Order: sequence, then C-alpha cells, then structure tokens
Amino acid sequence: MAEHDNDIKQENPSLSPQVGRAGGMAEFAALIFSLGTSTKTNDKLQALSTYFSHANEKDKVWVIALFSGRRPRRTVNGTQLTAWCCELVELPVWLFQECYHTVGDLSETIALLIPDNKDSSTYKASHSLHYYVEQFQQLEKGTEQEKKTFILQSWQELSSQERFVFNKLLSGTFRVGVSQKLMVNALARTVQLEPNIIAHRISGNWAPATTSFEQLLSEQSTQTDFSKPYPFYLAYALEGPLQDLGEPTDWQAEWKWDGIRGQIIKRNDQLFVWSRGEDLITDKFPEYTILQSKLDNGIVLDGEILPYNDGQVLNFNVLQTRIGRKNITKKNLQEAPVGFFAYDLLELNGEEIRHWALSERRAALEKLVASLQLSWLQLSPMVTFNNWEELTTIREQSRSLNSEGLMLKRRSSAYQVGRKRGDWWKWKIDPLTIDAVMIYAQKGTGRRSNLYTDYTFAVKDGDKLVPFTKAYSGLTDKEFAQVDAFVKKNSLEKFGPVRTVKPELVFEIAFEGIAASNRHKSGVALRFPRISRWRTDKLPNDINTLEDLKQMLELYGK
Amino acid sequence: MPLISFTDKGIFCAQGNFYIDPWQPVDKAVITHAHSDHARPGSQSYLCHRDTLPLLKLRLGPYNYQTVEWGEKINLNGVTVSLHPAGHIIGSSQVRIEYKGEVWVVSGDYKTEPDGISGVFEPIPCHTFISESTFGLPIYNWKPQHEIYHDIQNWVRSNEVAGKTSVLIGYSLGKAQRVLQALEEVTGNIYVHGAIWNVQETLLQAGFKLPAVNRITPETPKEAFKGSVIIAPPSADGSAWMRRFSPSSTGICSGWMQVRGNQRRRNADAGFALSDHADWPGLLQAIKDTGAQKVYITHGFQSVFSRYLNEIGIDASEVKTEFGTEDEEASTPTPEAAQ
Repeated sequence: MAEHDNDIKQENPSLSPQVGRAGGMAEFAALIFSLGTSTKTNDKLQALSTYFSHANEKDKVWVIALFSGRRPRRTVNGTQLTAWCCELVELPVWLFQECYHTVGDLSETIALLIPDNKDSSTYKASHSLHYYVEQFQQLEKGTEQEKKTFILQSWQELSSQERFVFNKLLSGTFRVGVSQKLMVNALARTVQLEPNIIAHRISGNWAPATTSFEQLLSEQSTQTDFSKPYPFYLAYALEGPLQDLGEPTDWQAEWKWDGIRGQIIKRNDQLFVWSRGEDLITDKFPEYTILQSKLDNGIVLDGEILPYNDGQVLNFNVLQTRIGRKNITKKNLQEAPVGFFAYDLLELNGEEIRHWALSERRAALEKLVASLQLSWLQLSPMVTFNNWEELTTIREQSRSLNSEGLMLKRRSSAYQVGRKRGDWWKWKIDPLTIDAVMIYAQKGTGRRSNLYTDYTFAVKDGDKLVPFTKAYSGLTDKEFAQVDAFVKKNSLEKFGPVRTVKPELVFEIAFEGIAASNRHKSGVALRFPRISRWRTDKLPNDINTLEDLKQMLELYGK
Repeated sequence: MPLISFTDKGIFCAQGNFYIDPWQPVDKAVITHAHSDHARPGSQSYLCHRDTLPLLKLRLGPYNYQTVEWGEKINLNGVTVSLHPAGHIIGSSQVRIEYKGEVWVVSGDYKTEPDGISGVFEPIPCHTFISESTFGLPIYNWKPQHEIYHDIQNWVRSNEVAGKTSVLIGYSLGKAQRVLQALEEVTGNIYVHGAIWNVQETLLQAGFKLPAVNRITPETPKEAFKGSVIIAPPSADGSAWMRRFSPSSTGICSGWMQVRGNQRRRNADAGFALSDHADWPGLLQAIKDTGAQKVYITHGFQSVFSRYLNEIGIDASEVKTEFGTEDEEASTPTPEAAQ
C-alpha cells in the first residue's frame, strides 16, 4: 500500500478527469473544466501555471490569445450545428430543443448528445488545440459541406469534455471565468517575468497562428509592433467614506464618462485606435483620421470615445447605433457624431511616461490638447472642489451631464496596469429605479440552466400592462429558486421556452440610463437594467406607470 | 374499469383492492422501495420485498408488514402480485400485477445497469408498463459505473496529495452505499454523517456486507478527519456542519451532475454523474424489453419522453404522480435542495 501511494505522488498532482486521454485538446479541455469548477482563485492560478509549464508551445500561444479576448471568429451558426448534431445522433430537432432548454448551453447540449465513441480508432486520434483552431480559420472561407465534414469528424474523435470546448471555440462563444490578469499572473510564474511586462507584451495586434511563444514574450515584440497599446489602468468602486482618502488637495476629480474607453496611438506615421476590450477600432472612427497628420510620432492618449456634438456629451444610446456596424455610412457619422475626451498621456515624443506623476502627465496633456485645436478632442474637464462635502454635492449633477458619476485620481499616481486599488477610484451615482411586475419568464443558461431566471417586466398603463425591460441578475440563488417555483406553479401559457406568468411578483428594477426607442413597445430602452430587490411588500397595483417612465425619459433621456 | 387506475391517493388496483406506493394512507400498500416519496406512513398494511423491510421499519416505524421474495406470487383478491428486481436501491422492486391473463408492471424507480448491491433489473413482459422518467432526455447517458468509480477514486487520491479531506455528497439510502463501494479500493478511513450511519447499521444488521465506517459525532475531534474521506447527505451540503472538514474538497454524486450548470450552481469542487436511475438508453431499452402495448410515463420528463415514444411507435401517455418530491435525485435540484 505504501509503495502504491508513492507511485501516485510522482504523477502530476492535477489529475485529469479523463484518464488515458492524451494530446493537446484533452489537456486544454481538462484545464477549462478545472477552471470552471474550482471556486478558489489560487486553485485557478495553480491550474493555469501547471498548464503553461506542460503544454506545447503553439497551444500556449492560443491559450494566451483566448484568455485575452482574442476569440476565433464564428465559423458556423447554431442552426447548422443543431441540424448536423440531430442528423448524427438521429434525434428530432424538437427533442434537441428540449435538451437545450434543460442544459442551457448549445455547445454542452451537443457534447452530451453525441456518445463517446471509445472503440473507434478515430477516438484515439484527437489533435492539439492549435490544430483545431487553425482549421476553423481555414474553414471560414470553405463550403458548408467542407465545414460539416470537418465538424462531424472532429465530434467523433473527441471526448465529451473536449467536444464541449471545441463547440465553444467553433461557435465563437468561448468565454472563461478567469480574468486576463489571472492568466498573466500564471504566465509570470512560469516564465519568470514581471506581470506588468507580460501584460504589455501580449497586448496589441498579433496573430496567434503565426506568432511563437518566444516571439510573443520577447522584448523585441514591443518594439516592432507599432500599434501596441498599453494595458489600461482601471479603477475599483470607492469602498469607504471620502474622508478616508485624506486631503482633498491630493486628489484630482473628473466626471466619469459613459462611452468607450480607448487609446489613440500615433507611431511610425500611423494612427491606431484601440478599445479597452483590445479591439483595434481605427476604422470605426473616421473622425479621428485627421490626427494622423496633426499628432507627432510617439504619442499615446488614453480617453473616452463619446457621442458628442456642439460642446454637449450625448446619451450613450446614440453611440450604440454605430457600434457593431461593419461599414460606417455618412448618415451614421451625421446622426451619431463622436468626440474624444482625453484623460491621460502615456507616451510623449516616443518616450513612455506612465511612471510620471498624474499631475505631470496632465500638464503635458493639457499642452498637447490645446495645441491641436480640434473641437471634438477635449480634455476631460477637472472638477474643482475645496472639500469632500462640496464634491458630494457636485456629484448630484452627474446625470444631467450624461455622466455616470465621478472619478477620483491621486495627483501623485503613476499609470498602473489593470484594475488596482488605492490611487484611482470610481464613485458612481445611484442608479435610477422603478417598480415593475414580472409577466414573462424564461429558463436561464450556464449555471442557471433549467431554472426560470430570465424575466420580462411591465409597468401599468391604465388597465394594461406594458412590457418595458428584461433583467437577468440581481437576485440571490435562494430568491431565484423561489421565483422559479412560483413560475412553475403560475404559468399561464407556454410560447416555446417562454412562459407567461400571473402578474403577481413585484420587483424594483435599477438602471443606469434611459433613452427613447422605437424598437420597444414601451418607447424606451434602459441601460444596464437589473433587479435591485424583490418588493414582497408591494402588490401589482402599486407598481409604476408608463407615464412615470416617460417622465424619466424627459428628465434623463436626452 | 382498467386493472390499474390513477387516483388522488395513488396507483390503484380496484380488483385486488390495493395501492402501489400510495401518497395517502390506505388499507393495503404495495411498496416498491424505501425512499420517502414511495413509502409513506399511515397505511393499515404494507407488502414489500424482504430486503426493503428493515429500511421501511427504519423510515416508517412499526406497522403491519408482509414480505415476499422476488418472483414469489401472492394472491390478492384473485389478482396475482409478484415483485421483481428494479436495480434502483437495495430491495427495490417492480410490481407485476396479473388478472385474467392481463399483465401490468409498475416500475417504481429503476436502474438498468447492475451496481453489485441493488439486485439486477429484470425486464418483465407485460401488456401495460408504468415507467418513471427522472432522466428521460437523451443528454442523460451515463458512463459505466466502473469508470465513474475510477473518477471518484482518482479525485480522492489527488485531494490526498493536495492535503485535502474529500467530502462526497450522496443520498443516504442508495447512493451512499455505492459511494462506499467505490471508496473501498482507495481507503479504509471513512467517516459518515448520522443519517448514513443509521442506514449502514440497519443494513449490517440485516446481513449485508459493507465496508466499515466511523460515525461523525459532535465529539469527533477535528484531527480525526485529516486524511479521511467523508460521506454526507445533500442536506448537509453548504451547512455549518461541513466546516469541520476544512481544508476539504466537495464532490457531489448525482445524475444531475451530468449538466455543468447544476454543478456550478451547487458550488461543488467536483460532480460525479452517478445515478440510481436509468439513463435515456436504459429507459428506452427497458420499455422495449417489456413488449408493452401501452406505456404510462410518470415522474420526470414525462411529457417529452412520452411524445418521443409515440413518435417511435410506442403508445405512451403521461401521468401525474406525487413521486419525485422527496428523493434528491428524483426532482430537479434547486439551490434550496442543496441546503
């Protein structure tokens, strides 16, 4: 027995749940599952760094890409996958749909429906992660038949876990509950480099298929890629009373703008615009093109891309009409004009200045912006205040300026990497709220599969109920279970996955903004709606009215 | 009048004047197995398999009990009744009812894969079959038991290497005994919750051979759990009682663990899809093997499963019962069930 124990300890301690499976995809799937089930950050860190020390070089590059939001593009759609799966396992589509509503995830439904074909010789021949992902890239231009052949073949050579991960990658829905920061820390442990340095080297514009692990992490990469942005410095929400921050004079206050955080980079006579999600979005904002000639080389600005016209910041909803469009038309440009509110200067004359004090960077930024004389390129204005009480009063005006609240930055702070406590804080205003009754419910996905957790809410309009928003979050697991039980007992009708429910449960819905919308029956669209609490003390008769919503639109919707 | 009817007290045989697993007190109850949604107190007399008796006494207390062997025929008012192994838990039986050449079989809960403890499910030819459908969707396709046991064993070993106590969650009657079976090969150092201990003692007294376990009491010193494996019922999961095992890792054993979302919702470190119910292929095979002309589908995915059966040419209807409310596995788990 003692000998036996020793044998085990010599093995890799993180035993893969699939004993006897080898190859890159198996290791990768085991990693994803262990990240998905472990509830402790340290275990996740350990799983990742173990992976980085074992996996093959090309797979590692893809893991870095996938964990930093560089998902492969969707090669096939859900309808195709559903049809091919039904064909393979000989089940009717309606039954597949029933399974899907219970599982709450298309990739997992398919993974579970296809049996592991352990006896076949193909089962043993699964490939590496990079093989599959690079095949997807090649298939993008392939015919439907080519795609189908590859996918059916792959489904049968993979195990259920691997199939799940494969489907996630294939359908462009690969997400992992691990922050980029955690991945960077795990990588830092394995390659013995500072996390800040790694975060910078893996940022920017690189193609996983043609970049080697070594190239990616070498110093060279930062120098040759002129487009490379700096990792964004992000703030946590203010945690204690303002007084705890110390002297007001040590702090710079600015409005917190609700747009797209971005970096504008001018290097090597080229202009690059990056979003915080590390997407290169230069083409989406032709307004900025003029900076290519106006800015000197070696300049990096951090700021907010905002809907802006005639000295006024507009509602975020205006910008949304431009996001996601492939081609920006003249009409788009006219209807949704944008500006750039500069927060910070990270590089000047080709020299990185992130370590300068904010006050010094701000002074340089002010000089630069003033010299450009562009109406749409503004300094993010500083909010002047003498004491914390005054600032508290000023914050009340946020909503009327289309701002989300205030940002507080220590004047002596360096520009750090990622989300950090201490020197920068965001201090958002309280959300708007409205009381509404639940009228439709639908089963959730992921960890809420098979539970009714996605609800539609209505306000009163005379005797009628008018649906105005959906909300998916804000209740505890226990409350979700109670509402789920209510839905199961009080369904009136069933429309596919949606149940109409007896209008009885009242909830307070919180949201960040409101805008007119002709796509919604109620005439309004809310920004970030969520359930703020369950009003068990209220009856359906006590809820707000459509008139109340319209008044809010009048007040805040411009 | 059909031989069997569905009443508000339960599944009723009018000719024989008895009920099967009634949910209200009746004169004569034929019991398929000792889970609390199938065996409820208050009836005048109970008929069950010999191995079910000690468990019924444990759960219901003293009543008027009569036992039979599998295959033994008894006559109730001209109706021939016999019990046949259902493979769900120890003693679990299907009920065969014959009158004037017409045969009905009530499955109770069943599992088609032999587990080495619960008896081997026996397909009984009949005209009408009443089947459960707890896992009546094609996504429920179990791995063979030995593979799941292997997974559990590996998980226990890797916890051991990491210096953590393994806590396995499983229903006290049925699942816990199978988990023990899996653990026997990796450890002799097992501690169990009181609810599991009671079942264990009952089964040992009835002559079953089970690996030795220790009972967890308030007096058990915390150090005793180091390097041991714990088995606890779902009611203990997430409770303060669990804290004594720290540092530990929790693994839930239930068919529902087949779906990732359930596992994540329960916040378990591991999930093992080890079920005491038949999976989709098991249900289909069992139904086909009876050769029944008519199938009634009860507790579980009854509407989906009966629709599918009709599409493949088996005449099936769904029936609402009050089964599947007590047994952890028989109802879809909600976060509440985990408490």
